[in-house]
This record gives sequence, structure tokens and C-alpha cells, in this order.
Amino acid sequence: MSQPATHHNKAAAAFLKNGQRAQWHDETLWFVRAKRDKAAHQIPEWEALRNLGSQIKEHTLSNLDEYLLQFEANAKKNGIKVHWANNAAEHNQIVYEILLHHNAVNVVKSKSMLTEECGLNHYLTERKISVVDTDLGEYIVQLRNEPPSHIVLPAIHLKKEDVSNTFHKHLHTEKNNQDPVYLTRAARQVLRKKFITADAAITGVNFAVAETGGIVVCTNEGNADLGVHANKVHIACMGFEKIIPRAQDLSVFLRLLARSATGQPITTYSSHFHRPKAGQEMHIVLVNNGRTEQLGREAFRNSLKCIRCAACFNTCPVYRRSGGHSYHNSVAGPIGSILAPNLDMRKNADLPFASTLCGSCTNVCPVKINIHEQLWSWRQVLMAEGYGGAAKKTSMKLMTGVLSKPAIYRLSAGMARFFMRYLPFLVNNRLNPWYKQRDMPSVPKESFKDWYKKNRNHE
Amino acid sequence: MKVGLFIPCYVDQFYPQVAVATLELLERYGCEVHYPLKQTCCGQPMANSGFASMAGGCDKNFIANFSGYEYIVCPSGSCALHIKEHLHSAEEPNEAAAIRERIYELTEFITDVLKLEGVKASFPHKVGLHVSCHGQRMLHLSSMSEKVEKSFSKAEALLGTVDGLELFRTSRADECCGFGGTFCVTEEAVSVSMGNTRIKEHLANGVHYITGGDMSCLMHLEGLLKRQKIDIKVIHLAEILNAQ
Ligand code: SF4
Repeated sequence: MSQPATHHNKAAAAFLKNGQRAQWHDETLWFVRAKRDKAAHQIPEWEALRNLGSQIKEHTLSNLDEYLLQFEANAKKNGIKVHWANNAAEHNQIVYEILLHHNAVNVVKSKSMLTEECGLNHYLTERKISVVDTDLGEYIVQLRNEPPSHIVLPAIHLKKEDVSNTFHKHLHTEKNNQDPVYLTRAARQVLRKKFITADAAITGVNFAVAETGGIVVCTNEGNADLGVHANKVHIACMGFEKIIPRAQDLSVFLRLLARSATGQPITTYSSHFHRPKAGQEMHIVLVNNGRTEQLGREAFRNSLKCIRCAACFNTCPVYRRSGGHSYHNSVAGPIGSILAPNLDMRKNADLPFASTLCGSCTNVCPVKINIHEQLWSWRQVLMAEGYGGAAKKTSMKLMTGVLSKPAIYRLSAGMARFFMRYLPFLVNNRLNPWYKQRDMPSVPKESFKDWYKKNRNHE
Repeated sequence: MKVGLFIPCYVDQFYPQVAVATLELLERYGCEVHYPLKQTCCGQPMANSGFASMAGGCDKNFIANFSGYEYIVCPSGSCALHIKEHLHSAEEPNEAAAIRERIYELTEFITDVLKLEGVKASFPHKVGLHVSCHGQRMLHLSSMSEKVEKSFSKAEALLGTVDGLELFRTSRADECCGFGGTFCVTEEAVSVSMGNTRIKEHLANGVHYITGGDMSCLMHLEGLLKRQKIDIKVIHLAEILNAQ
């Protein structure tokens, strides 16, 4: 009866093997979630703000084509070069050609989940272009040759000693010196040099304003600004969903974003880029990569409202206990589990099941995406498309058969045994995952039905 | 007031005392309670596994059993919610809609329909409340820590009127226990880890009982408690409210 073992549950079990580390991961992220609660509760109009954010996004998604075109026209007026990429491969190629055109071989990049989604680093490295991630967390995971495990806190799966060891190995810092100030300084020295010697800067985009043709990038380290200002070429890469209609809408999203992400009132740097400075070239790459398809999936279009605050990650008890890498997708956590099957159903069929559907993600989401409902809907779609395997389907059929026919249900001698055998959460097969760490409920002398027949029957 | 009693299948089989307590409680407060004998399962286990499409037979059977009742009461938030959200029938759309309207979780029914402000019960013990997600977040039986809203809890309000009962809150008061239906076996490791965190918080409070409105969560916690030989019992809210 159980589902075939999936990637996520195996990776999660492996993550949990190191009990202490898993507990630390859980508590650290819970701390961030608690900070978010505090920040949200300080705003009496918080729920109204969420409604507003959600409505603006709703409106934008319904007119996505118009706003993207308006943005393009205004950005061009500002002297920005605009490119359209239909998928990851096109995106990477466009970026590569811009770099090639400028003979750029050293690139500094500020954190961007879209370039992560497109596999840009790998693509450029293969073509002999060096890309350095300049967000500290991102830099740490890049040195370790790992993907980020969280969209806001990319190295949250690592402890101080891991960072110390990584820096010792790659930056030759003192062995076992775990002082955060010392380690940060060491990274900063290296990164400063990279900023100055680079040929081009790549940034992500948090918000693109259709009305003005400008973009906003939010960071806590100012690394996007450093990269852009120190270089002749700025390439900003954004997914279609980053568009918002008007500059005044920023007031809603900037308030929601930082509070939801880290509990800060606003990110340390909210940098507005409207046009290239003198002598600089500025490019924006607008990327689809499955977004229009998601827009067409009625049950899932809402997921494009996401502003990537990661509040749903921090609140998710499954995420906190399984670590970001268990989601095997650039965007992990609850929202990643909705976005991933859109990109590849077969590969990501396990992810919508990596949730108890507790609904905390939906409550926490600043733009009110019905996350747990979409996870439920993906399960229906994936099973209908046959990604559950034939065995599962057959056993489900058998079970529904019995459960929908009261006569058979009643006639089955020893119903309790039927349940032990067939109810998915009381699976009692050879492997019996329930019984591994939990006792089975004891079987009473009589069922309620039997009791009722003896004591109360009105029929 | 004629009430149809909906007892989730696993409660019928493993926790008949919870069903008896629910029945007696409702009778004590003046309801004429019927338990339709041909009821089986609400279909939630299938639906949450992605096979809602197969739940048609269960839906049909549910409608056959529960059509015509003024109220349908269920001592489980998640099963009540499943019916409320997902009971459908192409042949009998009106009956399905009527049932979706009339189904209530037990504490919701006591608070909002019977409008009892307290119960006559006695349970002189230290009790920790486990807040089940579906009851809380989808049926809104209590306020939620994520939302900026007025704090309330229908279960706590009722428990507060039980003689001798000492109620304890846990630090992460509304975090999921990790049961999640099929989740508890497909994601066994995470599920167990989640349940153990909940138990740790109750242990820190020194409670003797963990109660809640959803037996499925309690069954999961009970399995963990028994295996680890921890001396905390689980008890459904109905049993406490019915304790004399
Ligand atoms: S889905 Fe909502 S909570 Fe999750 S990252 Fe996106 S905006 Fe934040």
C-alpha cells in the first residue's frame, strides 16, 4: 500500500540520521519563523497587506503579457537592452553571448535563484568563464560545490565549523577558527578583489516595475550594488513573475518581503536600477522557462504570485527536518514542491507528497498562495498521469472497493485486521514503516459498530 | 435535534470508546443521535494519496447514509473537513451540497450549534492539548500563530470548564505532529521526528495526558509514546468532556 520510496523521503531520512544537526537545523529556522511572527504582529494591518499583495499579483497575472511588454518598452526607453528567453537554455545562451561580446571572463553575481534554476554557473564555467557568487552564503556553498539549500539563507544547512573547514581548505584561514567575524572578513577580502577585477556583474531581480521600466534588487549585504557599480556590464536576470504594475506597489511588497523572510522591517539594501550609468551597458533577460505553462494550469497559476521570501520554508516542519537538498530542485520547500512538477513531473512527482498538508505555509505566505491546496491538487494530477505506479493504483482500487461497499465492509470478519493491512497509515506489510518506531494501536474487543448494535440500535 | 453521527473508520475499529463518549455527550446535551450502520470511510486516505478520483464510491455511500440529517457530527477535524471540502456527486449534487453544509466537527458543534459555554465534567489531571492542523487552520477552531488575529480556542474554552483539569500549552503550540495520513508511512523518518518534538514539549510540561480533537494525530503520538515507554496517555477530547 505504501508509495514507492521516493527521493525526498530517502534524502530526508539520511538528513535525520544526524539527529543533533537536524535538531539544530529545525531550531535555527524556527527562530527565523518566530522573528517573522514578531515582525508581522507589529503591523496591525498585516492581513490587509497580504490581501493587497495577493490582489496586485492576481491582477498582474491576469494581464501578464501587457505588463511585460510595457516593462520592455519603458526599459528600452531608459536605455536598457531587453532580451526574452523561452527556457533555461536560451537564457544561458543570451547571457553567454553578452559576456562574449564584451570579452568578459570574470563575472561577479549576486544571489539569483533564477540563474540557479537555469544552471547558469555550470554553463558558463564549462565555457571558461569564471562566475563568483558574492552573497556570503552563496559563496560558501559555491566553494563547496553544493547548490543552495534555501532561497534566502543558502547555506543554512551548514554550521560554523563547516564554514570554518571550507574556508580553511579554500581560503587558507586558520584551522578551527570559527569566529564569524574572522571568517566573514576573510571572505570579504577575497570578494572585494573579485568585484574590482571582474568584467561584468549579474544580478537577480526582486521586482520589475512595468510603469517605470526599472528593477529593484533586495540584499542584506549590498553585494549587488558593489558588483553593478564596479563593472561596465550589468546583466539582470528575471522570471516573468517578477513584474509588478506600478512603482507604488513596491510599498506593499517591500513591507511584506523582508518581514516574511527574516523578520526585518526592510532589507538592508533595496537597490533601484533604472538605467545604465554613463559608460555602462545594462541588460535585462526576461525568462519564461515554464511560467506561461504554469499560468495555464488553473489550479497552479497562483503559485506565480510567489515573491520568494521563503517564509513557507521556515514554517514548514517537513522542510526544517529534511533540509533543502532533499527537495532536489533549485527552489525547495513547500512552494518549490509546487513549482518543480511543472518543470518535470516525472522527476518531481515525489515532492507534493513531502508535506502533511498542515497548512502553515498557506497562512504564512505574504501573497496568500493556497500552497497546501495546490500540493493536494498536484497529488491528484500526478496520480492521474500515472506517476504513482501500477501497484499503488491497484491497491488503492482494492481498498476503495471495500470501503465503498458497506456489505462487504461489514461482512469482512476481523475488520480491525483489514485496517491493519490496508489503511495506508497503518500499513502492515513486510517493511511496515509505521511499526519501525511506533507501536500499533491495540485492537479492542468490539468495534463501535458492534457496541452500538447492542446498546442503541434505532434501525 | 436529530444528529447523524459520523465515526471515522479507524475510530470505529481501534478507538470505540471515543465514539461512545461522543454519542453519550451529544445525548446528554439533548440531541437525538443516530449512527447510520452502513457508513464506512470518508475517502480521505485515498484523496490525500492523490486518488480522489476513486473516492466516488465512498462519496456515494456517505450520501446514502447521511442524507436528511439536520446535523452531522464527527469527532475528527480532518474527516469532517474532507467531507466539507471534497464530498461530491454528479448524480445527487443537492444532497452532497446539503451534507457539506451540515457537517460539524465535535467541538465546533458544541460551541457554535449547541452554544454550550461549558460542560459538566470532571477530569482532575494535568493535560496537554494537541492542536490538530485541519481543525485549527481549515475549520478555524482556534486562532493560528501565523496570522495576525484575535486569539481564541474552542477546545481550550471547553476544557477550561472541566473540573480539576489543569491545561498546559506547548511552546510551538500549533505545530503539526507529523501524522498527515499516508505521510506517516511514506515519510516515516520525518513523521516520527515531528511527533517526537511534540512529545518533548509535552514532557517538559509534565502532563499525564495529551488530548485533542483528532484521534489520528493522537494515534500517531500514542504509537511513539508506547514504543518509548513514556508514561503519558492520549485521550480524545470527547472522553474528557464526557468524564464524570
Ligand atoms: S510561496 Fe509565499 S511564503 Fe513561500 S516563498 Fe513564495 S511568497 Fe514566500
